[in-house]
Amino acid sequence: MSALSPRQIAKTTLGAARARGARPGRLLRRAGAWWRQAAPPAGLIAVLIAGWEWAVRAFGVPPYILPPPSQIAAVLIADRAILLGDATVTLAEVLLGFAVAFVVGVALALAIVSSRTVERAVYPLVIASQTVPVFAIAPLLIVWFGYGMASKVAMAALIVFFPIVVNTVDGLRAADEDLVNLLRILGAGRRRILLTIRIPAALPFVFSGVRIAVATSVIGAVIGEWVGATRGLGFDMIHANAQLHIDRVFAAIVYLSVMALALFGAVSALEWAALPWRREGTR
Amino acid sequence: MSQNHARGERAKLEVCGVAKRFPAAGAAAGGPWVEALAGVSMSVAEHEFVTLLGPSGCGKSTLCNIVAGLFRPDAGTVRLDGALIDGTRGRVAYMQQKDLLLPWRTVLGNATLGLEVQGVDRAVARAEARDLLREFGLEGFEAAYPAALSGGMRQRVALVRTLLCRREMLVLDEPFGALDAMTRAAMQEYLLRLRSEFHRTVLFITHDVEEAVLLSDRIYVLTDRPGRVRAVRRAPEPGPRRATDPEVVRLKAEILDLLRGVPAGAD
Ligand SMILES: Nc1ncnc2c1ncn2[C@@H]1O[C@H](COP(=O)(O)OP(=O)(O)OP(=O)(O)O)[C@@H](O)[C@H]1O
Ligand SMILES: [Mg+2]
Repeated sequence: MSALSPRQIAKTTLGAARARGARPGRLLRRAGAWWRQAAPPAGLIAVLIAGWEWAVRAFGVPPYILPPPSQIAAVLIADRAILLGDATVTLAEVLLGFAVAFVVGVALALAIVSSRTVERAVYPLVIASQTVPVFAIAPLLIVWFGYGMASKVAMAALIVFFPIVVNTVDGLRAADEDLVNLLRILGAGRRRILLTIRIPAALPFVFSGVRIAVATSVIGAVIGEWVGATRGLGFDMIHANAQLHIDRVFAAIVYLSVMALALFGAVSALEWAALPWRREGTR
Repeated sequence: MSQNHARGERAKLEVCGVAKRFPAAGAAAGGPWVEALAGVSMSVAEHEFVTLLGPSGCGKSTLCNIVAGLFRPDAGTVRLDGALIDGTRGRVAYMQQKDLLLPWRTVLGNATLGLEVQGVDRAVARAEARDLLREFGLEGFEAAYPAALSGGMRQRVALVRTLLCRREMLVLDEPFGALDAMTRAAMQEYLLRLRSEFHRTVLFITHDVEEAVLLSDRIYVLTDRPGRVRAVRRAPEPGPRRATDPEVVRLKAEILDLLRGVPAGAD
């Protein structure tokens, strides 16, 4: 056998692989790729808005049926103080509802995967609960929790509870059994296996559940506000609608869409930060 | 007969009549079985390097899994330092055939996993891992994720993780399968040094007969599934050998015959 050390030999055979690190110009290329992705939908939206503006003017559609985008934009700016205040209320309901559903849902998912008894008792109920139309119980929630924030928080929580539980259960079960066995062979107990293998393996599933849930929870909060509220974007919409201020309804919709998009983006950013091993370029 | 026993020293590992079967794929409970091992007896003396050679699917990995305590044998016993291993885990340092790196951990985090489970101080574990990773040519990759590594690099990380476990008995299931010839030779040399300098005991599995003859003190040749011991051979003499030594060439030919199923005079 040769007198070379493993270190020397590996260096000569593997030096090339190391050139894979950060390179200049990578950021620029990424920005270019982002633009290529964003340009087509942005262009389409611009065309649609222009077409809308033109059609409303050309056919003389009255503003209490369909206001032109320019009028909606004017309301967005003129009423921004009220709309922003209401948006803050709705956002708080969404975040609180989501947080409650997340904490309870993840805890329940952990209980389901760690105990067969809990699984047999609870899981069928969780799945069956999906057949109850949550919107239909919104009036009940108002009766039970009142006109304030609590009923909307409950609504948002109920709507996202299911995807969170189901995705977390699936994720906790998706761990590679070989990795679990590796930990067992090393002498690890159940707790360590949960923390080292099952939870990290579940995270991508949890995040995909959360990404769906966070946009849906906006719907939940708005429906709660429609049924009975004193504040919030949903309350705003109902009132404006009744008074045929359709431009104001649209303005509220714009705020809601931006809110849902921002929440979706925040979850994606969190996922990017929490799962470095799933990033492009590390695989 | 003397070949069946380790060099008069105390047995570190004693496998006695171990049998194991698995339910055949898709079989119902009590249905047909796949017999993996049918009464294997073997031993590894303290500080000895013993290799298992055998056709694919004859139960070598299964035997390692039993020694590591992952499965319990259906029959027979395994003893380490005289103490029964019957589903007892964490007693040996075991490198499985697959590299089994955690995709969400960096190279460094994977390398320290065994020490972490053993409760070793994090800073100490990291320092030890860095040293060994450097030794194995993985310097500069400590922060990389497994997905960015080549197969041979992943295998070396798994080897580092195994070697860091502070256990006297090493069980290595085809540890060099994914390595190129140069790296492989360097790793073999490292393993021999580990044994002579740090007095580790090694149970080794390979498909490479030459590797077995060059590294081992003794070699067990197993039959086709279900695995049994077909023959035991002692390597020519302790100490460094070359592939061209006449004794090595002769033993290699003999073992190849045994693997092909040619009846051997000595058995
Ligand atoms: N966990 C298991 N469940 C079911 N069958 C198994 C299991 N582990 C091994 N077997 C079966 O036992 C037999 C022996 O497998 P084993 O992995 O021990 O072979 P091996 O000698 O290591 O083969 P190779 O050299 O290809 O790695 C095979 O038929 C395999 O299908
Ligand atoms: Mg095997």
